[in-house]
Amino acid sequence: MATDLLESLQQQIVPAAGAATLSHGCLVFSLAPEELMPTVRRLKEEFGYDLFLDVTAVDWPADALRFEVVHHFASSRQALRVRLKTRVAAADPGVDSLAKLYGSAAFMERECHDMYGIAFRGNHDLRPILLYEGFTGHPLRKDYPKGREQPLVPYRN
Amino acid sequence: MGARTVPIVPAAPHGAKDGAFEYLTTRKDELVGWARKFSLFPYPFVTACCAMEFMAVSASPYDTDRFGAALPRFSPRQADLLMVVGTVTHKQAPVLLKVYEQMCEPKWVMAFGVCASSGGFYQNYAALPGIDRIIPVDVYIPGCPPRPEMVIDGIMQLQDKIARAQHPILTRTF
Repeated sequence: MATDLLESLQQQIVPAAGAATLSHGCLVFSLAPEELMPTVRRLKEEFGYDLFLDVTAVDWPADALRFEVVHHFASSRQALRVRLKTRVAAADPGVDSLAKLYGSAAFMERECHDMYGIAFRGNHDLRPILLYEGFTGHPLRKDYPKGREQPLVPYRN
Repeated sequence: MGARTVPIVPAAPHGAKDGAFEYLTTRKDELVGWARKFSLFPYPFVTACCAMEFMAVSASPYDTDRFGAALPRFSPRQADLLMVVGTVTHKQAPVLLKVYEQMCEPKWVMAFGVCASSGGFYQNYAALPGIDRIIPVDVYIPGCPPRPEMVIDGIMQLQDKIARAQHPILTRTF
């Protein structure tokens, strides 16, 4: 079952999405930003990937396409998870929001926006969710200084 | 019918000693300190894993009730000991400050565990590096988490501090 699905996914999605690899039981696709929405829509509608697990990002400060936005999907029917990696440049770190396809994506995209500053186009509520109003910068970016504090309460001394 | 049914005891003649505990002398601060140190009402500001140790030290095997610090009050207005148990983040710091300000005098603060004392191993954008950056702390208990013996030692040191302190009750000086 898993191998059938793997072949099917590779044949039907890989030609558009570039190289796919299998990593620890997870099928990994590397996408361009504009391929993300069509790929996710096909995963959901044709392959039964009905559970959106997480979105996070990886900061590669030396690379031209600095941020790698990583989406994970699972299915209640297929025993194979899917990971999508989308590279975006630091100048315009944006990908399309999946909130229209998966309601749970709205909160997770807010967290990713907090920590990495990824702009999710179509998600109109990117207020801080783990950080607080007034926090400047994105703490999980590699160039955020380790010791930089932004206290809300003035220190006593 | 006499309305008064209470027996009237004649006053003891001046200077008579019958062995009763008639009066004692002490210093006001010692008396008040003695009363206060055995009636600590803690407010547990519990945020992280130290909470497990707090529960363990509160429960019967170690039993902070022995020190009069047993009954947690979940309103800061009824508490006089703020026990900050666990990591406090910058986002949470305003809440801690508000809880502290809502407590009535006299009040004491205990930093329970290394995160509350100094931030512990957290040195990053999120964690407050010690609650003494925003509120005064009376006793620090190190450890990650502290041993129950350390907590009990901390309570006893706080009791000593309360017993030695001045306790103004009527005016600033008395």
